[in-house]
Amino acid sequence: MASKNVIRAFQDLLGRENVYTEAADRHAYSFDSAVLDPVVPELVLQPTDTESLAGAVRLCNENELPLTVRGAGTNLSGGTLPAREKGVVLLTNSLNRVLEINTEDLYARVEPGVITAQFARAVAEKGLFYPPDPGSQTVSTLGGNVAENAGGLRGLKYGVTKDYVLGLDFFDVDGELIKTGARTVKCATGLNLAQLMVGSEGTLGVFKEIVLKLVPPPAAQQAMLAVFDSVDRASETVSAIIANKILPCTLEFLDNFTIRAVESFRGAGLPTEAGALLLIEVDGHPAQVEEDARKVREICQEMGVTELKVSQSAQEKESVWQARRDALPALARLKPTTVLEDATVPRSKLPAMVRAINDIANRHNLTIGTFGHAGDGNLHPTILTDKRDSEEFERVERAIEEIFDTALELDGTLSGEHGIGMAKSKFMEKEATRGTILYSRRLKQALDPKGILNPGKIMGA
Amino acid sequence: MAELQRLLTLLKELDDQLAGCMKCGMCQAVCPLYAETGREMDVARGKLVLVEHLSSQLLNDPQGVQKRLERCLLCGSCAKACPSGVPVVDIFIKARAIIGEYLGLPPIKKLIFRSLLPRPRLMDGLQRLAAAGQGLFSKKADPILGSSCARFNAPVIRDRHYLPLATTPLHGELGEIDEPAGPGGTKVGFYPGCLVDKIFLDLGRDAIDVLRHRGHGIFVPGEQVCCGIPALSSGDRQGFERLVGRILNQFEDADIDYLITPCATCTATIRTIWPLMAEYLPQREQQRVRRLAEKTRDITEFLAEGLDKASGEPQHGSGEKTGITYHDPCHLQKTLSISQAPRRLIGANSNYDFREMGAPDRCCGMGGSFNLLHYDLSRQVGQKKAEDILATGADTVATACPACMIQLVDQLSRTGKSIRVAHAVQIYAETLPQRAQKEQS
Ligand SMILES: Cc1cc2nc3c(=O)[nH]c(=O)nc-3n(C[C@H](O)[C@H](O)[C@H](O)COP(=O)(O)OP(=O)(O)OC[C@H]3O[C@@H](n4cnc5c(N)ncnc54)[C@H](O)[C@@H]3O)c2cc1C
Ligand code: SF4
Ligand code: SF4
Ligand code: SF4
Repeated sequence: MASKNVIRAFQDLLGRENVYTEAADRHAYSFDSAVLDPVVPELVLQPTDTESLAGAVRLCNENELPLTVRGAGTNLSGGTLPAREKGVVLLTNSLNRVLEINTEDLYARVEPGVITAQFARAVAEKGLFYPPDPGSQTVSTLGGNVAENAGGLRGLKYGVTKDYVLGLDFFDVDGELIKTGARTVKCATGLNLAQLMVGSEGTLGVFKEIVLKLVPPPAAQQAMLAVFDSVDRASETVSAIIANKILPCTLEFLDNFTIRAVESFRGAGLPTEAGALLLIEVDGHPAQVEEDARKVREICQEMGVTELKVSQSAQEKESVWQARRDALPALARLKPTTVLEDATVPRSKLPAMVRAINDIANRHNLTIGTFGHAGDGNLHPTILTDKRDSEEFERVERAIEEIFDTALELDGTLSGEHGIGMAKSKFMEKEATRGTILYSRRLKQALDPKGILNPGKIMGA
Repeated sequence: MAELQRLLTLLKELDDQLAGCMKCGMCQAVCPLYAETGREMDVARGKLVLVEHLSSQLLNDPQGVQKRLERCLLCGSCAKACPSGVPVVDIFIKARAIIGEYLGLPPIKKLIFRSLLPRPRLMDGLQRLAAAGQGLFSKKADPILGSSCARFNAPVIRDRHYLPLATTPLHGELGEIDEPAGPGGTKVGFYPGCLVDKIFLDLGRDAIDVLRHRGHGIFVPGEQVCCGIPALSSGDRQGFERLVGRILNQFEDADIDYLITPCATCTATIRTIWPLMAEYLPQREQQRVRRLAEKTRDITEFLAEGLDKASGEPQHGSGEKTGITYHDPCHLQKTLSISQAPRRLIGANSNYDFREMGAPDRCCGMGGSFNLLHYDLSRQVGQKKAEDILATGADTVATACPACMIQLVDQLSRTGKSIRVAHAVQIYAETLPQRAQKEQS
């Protein structure tokens, strides 16, 4: 336990009510959305301004208390689990001011605790567009999005969080302020530290302020739901659409298992015998949308689509999207434990990946539903299990490892958007070279010699 | 030791439901408390983990868990939005009862839930005393006494804007009623709930007028017994069961087709919480509970169904319309999925011009005893609601739960604007022929 004096120092800095020491409070910060065993922190801090955020980092470093920053705690890789000993959890969700939305220069400045969807709404009210839309956007923080390089449904056309980070102010482990990047689209001033921070999962610094790029919103959209009798057909259609130089803003995929789960959940009349569903949305200038949508329809026909539903109104668009929104809820209800993976492969390898996932499910006698972002090859094989059944859970763990191996064999990556955290750090060596990990560790060692900033994450086991 | 074992065994029974929580955190988006505090222990996910850790003995602090479980409006916003379908409120209610049993009730709560509430006549006497004394009531007992929805002490709590208590409760005024149904009507039992019985008597009278106008036969027992939710949410299952037993006795022999209540909280309690807790009762009692629960209907739903049939109800006045908006009580919209019925009742009165407020289904922050235990937090949540109401420019806000009405009166009067707070049934009752005439003359 941290000494009385240290606790008092935190209380003086942050105010008594923002320092949690009681067990029942600390236990509420012993987990995140990853399926891992809980780790209870010794102290939880909730600073209410960025000055005391810096002070808290400094105090942790001085007292050698390993510090884990936490936004909404929705990451799926254990990135916010504190250190096993003397762990401190530092909350950023009270730092939630949107500091500026600049409609002339198309950028915004935010504190790290701003909630993604609330920010996107504020931006939309000013007539602009912030595209990254992770599935957790109604609760996730922008700090967490940057630290995980979060993606979302619009990744194919609009990119992911990293494509919107123009600049970043962060505190190093001494609580020293580092300013990097700029408010301009172009910036060639110094090392690109802002991008080094993207995806750093709290291991290199603590964000104070983020400058995000904004874009003009598309004037029109059109959504389509296309049914295929096989995954291969659906996947070839995806390739054909892109080969025809059309870049849909979303191109989502549901496999047969997920379709059946969604149908029994909502009963909206999805074809339960279908091999795959694609949800396709094109956006842009109205004339362009018209044209693109027509071409997509033609391609789907040529590829042997069995059913094609085109949304004419905003309401119909909602109903097309409902199927995708229902995917996780429908799957999650089937079994107590839901393990959401995010193996990612090059687009063209999608059918091979889906086939391999089904093989793995059969081999280990497990239930796996797969949905995801077909446009960018980012799949979410969702394993439905009960972690209380230790024998089955061992099979789950073997299956996960095999999914990773397959993704790598297919020239893919361990994680498309959920990050490495604790859950996957031991697999890092499978993908990266030994050198890569050593380089990362030396970098970390130089910047954080006492290993205070989120130890045990990312850098391999 | 044996008691600890019992605590653990009972908690273990929640395991299956707890295991359904995938800790996705999506409940943060809708929890009215989390919106204010940003604290994980205030939102469903955190509280579920505390129960889980208590059950698995990772955390050995039942008091600490109890305290945090009590910081909850039991509004069900989390359960309604949960992608995994976790029955969050059911778990919380049961966990409160299990931990409450283990820790025991503070003596004052025991007195109220076990001795006072089940004895309606004693309650009536107290009410007269309290209404006459206006604040002479024992200070120490106040907050807890108020935690029964009865609120006979409302006048003396801090600086809140309160509603006066009636000297004679509604049931005293009505006495026992047992009228046969008219042509086309059915026989209904009327259960006003404590707040209507003791504070919103007008609402009770209006409800009975409308039911009579529709030709329904009415049964009202001579006494009002609390539905039990205050006792249960304080963790007192024994006190709760005693109250349930009394109500069952009251309505058992009356030959009613429906049990109608104008209190969304009561409806939700009888319809969902009673059957949930019945599993701890003997088989025979379970059946009695189910039978009455199945008969229970919210008054707005019951009346809205008859709206088409009850055509020709006269509309009066053609002058300027009054702006009106509607607040969805959590226990109606989230627990019972009723949201159109009250709006249709309001729509039936053409003297009003309906304007939807922003987030009409956001909790008002009342949460029964939550309001007493955590008044400042309750007020913060309530002020958001008040702002949304004011933004519509309406002069009247209707809702369908007397508990919400208390909060709306308190929060709106804080803003210094005079906005009328009414139950949807009262708005509808204004269209009755006798009322319409009264107003025109
Ligand atoms: C249902 C569900 C759907 C999801 N869908 C998606 C999706 O579509 N795409 C996707 O990419 N992810 C998705 N996720 C994963 C997760 O929501 C994202 O990773 C998100 O970015 C995490 O944000 P957070 O605020 O919860 O961060 P947290 O989980 O609190 O933290 C994540 C990491 O960021 C670090 N961190 C947080 N704030 C700071 C800061 N100020 N400075 C430095 N480091 C910081 C933490 O230390 C941690 O390592 C989903 C999760 C769930 C539960
Ligand atoms: S939304 Fe449901 S599953 Fe998700 S954390 Fe909250 S209670 Fe658990
Ligand atoms: S019941 Fe209401 S207050 Fe309680 S945790 Fe759920 S959303 Fe929050
Ligand atoms: S919910 Fe209604 S009846 Fe039940 S205690 Fe509260 S006011 Fe009384």
